[in-house]
Amino acid sequence: MKKILIARYGEIGLKGHNKSYFVNKLLGHIRGNLKDLGKMSVQHVGGLVFVDIDNYDEEDVIERVKKVFGIVSVSPTYKIQKDMENIYEGALVHIQERMEEEDIKTFKVEARRGDKSFPFTSPELCREIGGFILSHTQNLKVDVHNPEMTLYVDIRDKAYIYSKKIPAYGGLPLGTNGKAMVLLSGGIDSPVAAWMMAKRGMDIEAVHYHSYPFTSERAKEKVIDLAKILCQYCGNIKLHCVNLLPIQKEINEKCPEEEMTILSRRFMMKIAQKIALQREANALITGESIGQVASQTIQGLTVTNHAVDLPVFRPLIALDKVDIMDIAKKIDTFETSIRPHEDCCTVFLPKRPVTKPRLERILSSESNLEVEKLIDEAVESMEVIEISIEEE
Amino acid sequence: MEVYLDNSATTKPNEAVVQIIIRSLTKYYGNPSSLHHKGVEVERMIKDARKKISKALGVYDQEIIFTSGGTESNNMAIQGALKHRRGKKIITTKVEHPSVLSVYEDLENKGYHVVYIDVDSFGRINVEQFKQNLSEDIALVSMMHVNNEVGTIQPIEEIGKILNKMQQKPIFHVDAIQSFGKIKFTPKKLGVDLLSISGHKIHGPKGIGALYIRKNIKISPIFYGGNQETGIRSGTENVPGILGLGEAATVLYDMDEKISVLQSLKDRFIKGIKNEIKEIKINGYEKEGSAPHIANISFLGVRGEVLLHSLEQDGIYVSTGSACSSKKSSKSHVLKAMNLGEAEIEGAIRFSFSYHNTIEEIDYAVEKIKKHVKELRKIIKR
Repeated sequence: MKKILIARYGEIGLKGHNKSYFVNKLLGHIRGNLKDLGKMSVQHVGGLVFVDIDNYDEEDVIERVKKVFGIVSVSPTYKIQKDMENIYEGALVHIQERMEEEDIKTFKVEARRGDKSFPFTSPELCREIGGFILSHTQNLKVDVHNPEMTLYVDIRDKAYIYSKKIPAYGGLPLGTNGKAMVLLSGGIDSPVAAWMMAKRGMDIEAVHYHSYPFTSERAKEKVIDLAKILCQYCGNIKLHCVNLLPIQKEINEKCPEEEMTILSRRFMMKIAQKIALQREANALITGESIGQVASQTIQGLTVTNHAVDLPVFRPLIALDKVDIMDIAKKIDTFETSIRPHEDCCTVFLPKRPVTKPRLERILSSESNLEVEKLIDEAVESMEVIEISIEEE
Repeated sequence: MEVYLDNSATTKPNEAVVQIIIRSLTKYYGNPSSLHHKGVEVERMIKDARKKISKALGVYDQEIIFTSGGTESNNMAIQGALKHRRGKKIITTKVEHPSVLSVYEDLENKGYHVVYIDVDSFGRINVEQFKQNLSEDIALVSMMHVNNEVGTIQPIEEIGKILNKMQQKPIFHVDAIQSFGKIKFTPKKLGVDLLSISGHKIHGPKGIGALYIRKNIKISPIFYGGNQETGIRSGTENVPGILGLGEAATVLYDMDEKISVLQSLKDRFIKGIKNEIKEIKINGYEKEGSAPHIANISFLGVRGEVLLHSLEQDGIYVSTGSACSSKKSSKSHVLKAMNLGEAEIEGAIRFSFSYHNTIEEIDYAVEKIKKHVKELRKIIKR
């Protein structure tokens, strides 16, 4: 009996003649996530992906494959010869394994005969296998309506037996929808936003703003740690670290105090766009959610949005904070995000930030500054860090 | 130019310390409990190190137990002593190190009654209040000698005398982590039963400390094992640490000289700051009553952490509050206990000196501080 992992994809299956492009991307990413475990066989067979896991740590492989966008679920599976003797044995072994893990009292068998030359029909298979299990186990009953466990038996080129369908994240394979530059702070929101867009197939690069020495070096370490977590889903990430302090000093000196945040935000967008264009990215991503803070009112968002021409994706726009936190916990960025280090937004925080900025007024304040020059200087002095998954 | 003015957080190990640690890892790597020569040789070296610390501290060799550092020494003293006492009352102060305060938190949950004595605006404890809280059911009195954030010296000797007059004398523990090597004292003269020291505050290695346990005072181990250190502190001896600590202690034999170097550096620094920068406040005592190696100064209108990072760009390393609490973005409990205002707490920086610092470094630091404070005050108009 061979142990394999079956991975299912969702939306990709609906693609027409482009399907092979998506599937190849998907296989590439699965292989990439498994690369440092050794050379593993990853194959696309009849609309499913089969990963050989015989000599590997099953939990680890599952975690890695689950993180490949495009996959909707995975099942650890026995792959066996398709004769009844082997099928009986495989079914029994599998069910006994599950019974050791948890207290299972009821089950049913769901068989599917893909190979129509197989001598038993699907209902016959269910009956035969179910009967065999009943006569070889104790305290186990069949319940066809609400079983605690469903044993799937799939007859294809071989027989495949599994009982768990572990949900993955869905979405589309990375790189099938271009590339975007995310404005990555150290907070809870922006990593979630990046993750959501990556899930829709976008490659990710990031720009981080700090105000060193007004912010701590540890704030940068935190962002690097967050990017490393994202790497597990998004592949390697180029992180551009830009010091916003010279710009903030200029704004502080030449513009009204209450406009500090909104003007800084506009600069962040413009700098991000400049880097995005250099890096051939097609869009920006922010973690903005409407109404969350003073700069994320509709007026605030309008003024920020006006600063750039590239499309700006704000996948969190309609999410409540608790929903965002739930996702952050699910993807494992939450604990890192709540480490207490100030990002650059809080240093110059005005006492009463303007919540309903008017574009004309902001533009007129901005005209006191040498915008292009400041942006160029910021981009020239930025630091670029290549983030990749740490090898264990 | 690198100017390290964070010597209360940790100190740079002396060269001789580094050398003996290397030798203990390359040549003298035996287990002191082994029966063969390699063990005996190391056992002898540990004995020698113990002697050096005893000498620097003015106590008997048998009164020194090696620990993993200040935190363990404090834990062992407090928890180990309480196991031998029936009383459930403890007296301490509001300005103790966080490592001690969290022990009390735990003890309070276990039913102990802990009294925290107030301090005045200089950070010195209220002795009258201390006296008023005395009663026969006190199991333990524990306080720090020199405060790690502001350098204020507590009247330990006075407290020791008060306790000595009591019929049922409680155990008296002193956290001397910041005072050892900076102030001249002996545990005996202070009237102390237990006293904690740490290696890395005196140019020794991290991960090593000691607890002085006065003869005839019984304390119980707080964890169990192979009965090393006369059964009080089990675990294979941290030989590199112990030898390093011993080596660091030898420098303190002529402590007067080191202290006078520290005092002159601090005096010059404070004088420089006072002359050059307006709107500052020296927290704690300026000279008398304060340790010679710590100056805590508030720069009003400036945020301590921002000044810290600005100074770092010029190679000057300092602390805000204490290094331990600056990780959490909470306000210093010591400065709060001293009743300082918001702005004074926010703008507080701790400068801590070592006998390795030079006059040139001090002057350079003053000049840079002046420059940065001026710039920062200009930026933050509020």
